[in-house]
Amino acid sequence: MRIGDSLPEWHVEATPTFVISTALATRDFQDVHHDRDLAIKRGSKDIFINILTTTGLVQRYVTDWAGEDAQVKQVNIRLGAPCYAYDTLKFFGQVIERVEDDLVVEVVGRTGHGDHVTGTVRIGVPG
Amino acid sequence: MDVEKEAARIAEAGESARRFARDPVNLPMIHNWTEAIGDTNPRYTGPDAVAPPAMVQVWTMYGLNGVRDADDPLGAMVRVLDEAGFTSVVATNSDQTYHRYLKPGEHVSVTARLEDVTGPKKTALGEGWFVTTRSTWYVEDEIVAEMRFRILKFRPAVAEKPKAEPVRTQVIRPAINRDTEYFWEGLKQGELRIQRCGQCGLLRHPPGPMCPECGATKPKYLVSEGYGVVYSYVVHHHPRVPGREVPFVIALVELDEGVRMLGELAGVPRIGLPVQVVFTKVDDELTMPTWRPREDR
Repeated sequence: MRIGDSLPEWHVEATPTFVISTALATRDFQDVHHDRDLAIKRGSKDIFINILTTTGLVQRYVTDWAGEDAQVKQVNIRLGAPCYAYDTLKFFGQVIERVEDDLVVEVVGRTGHGDHVTGTVRIGVPG
Repeated sequence: MDVEKEAARIAEAGESARRFARDPVNLPMIHNWTEAIGDTNPRYTGPDAVAPPAMVQVWTMYGLNGVRDADDPLGAMVRVLDEAGFTSVVATNSDQTYHRYLKPGEHVSVTARLEDVTGPKKTALGEGWFVTTRSTWYVEDEIVAEMRFRILKFRPAVAEKPKAEPVRTQVIRPAINRDTEYFWEGLKQGELRIQRCGQCGLLRHPPGPMCPECGATKPKYLVSEGYGVVYSYVVHHHPRVPGREVPFVIALVELDEGVRMLGELAGVPRIGLPVQVVFTKVDDELTMPTWRPREDR
């Protein structure tokens, strides 16, 4: 793992089942994450993924690549366009710097509407 | 309401009291999470399982029927901004730091304080305030995780008024005079008339009183077959034109008879595109020649 290494591109199909099951698994019961009628009434196109899930996906993207021994120390994300049901969320990543003994991976998650999330994940890797 | 004063008051109150998670860190909730996220990292299963670090906020969520504590600074700030008319909310940043992984059985608590309120700022969503809070998670007195969380509380930008449908009859009307009357009269009758010199026979358009070739002032006309090709065109986007929806295409059509004539083209323009005339009736007084791609080509 070196600076400049790219992570393999990863696609998440944000089906309604995915949006709802992740919202509930993160104990987020806001209606915009599970009730399409209300989401539309509030001006959204559809139900959309909640932030805690986005954080979880960013973390998973990096640990799937770095391996189970990687220690996640920081997940910093900036949110952009919502990821709606039926969107495909595409993740891209690259190792951008070394801080002390840790690596910082830059991650972008993108849908057809634009960048849903941009951020960095700091991991400690053994060795 | 003075938002900045209220923000200062809430920030002054400092850290909220510790609020405990509903349940201690536990495997069933970890498994619900890994199942939904699709995370198969083996560290989250088995006898030595730890909780995914990104779950830290999950443990202390208010839940389905939860009510925010009175001293919750985010709740207090949201109420202030709601009252000030900044009623919509969107989260913009979440920066989480994990000092260590949590183990099943540990009971976390969380505190929060207001770190910063900035505004009012003009954003793409509307005018609003950025509210930044800092949360700290504890196991007993040990800090295990921290989060800086930022939301934008905004007043939704007023939706643009629906665009009025252009009134077709309010188009700019041609100045009809004795030299051009035959042309507009022809259109009403479904004829595309081209001026022809009564002496030398030269075809000319646009119409004029005198032949540029021989100088004769007795023009006649012939009726065009109404076919031609696009010689050039513009796509008009701006400014708006009365009675028209932009963008529209104005084509310079070279008629088979040899003269060139301007007119609106319905369809995708291309130089050399074979076109035919359409007599587009605006109202009882006015019919305009427009163009469409030839159907037989």
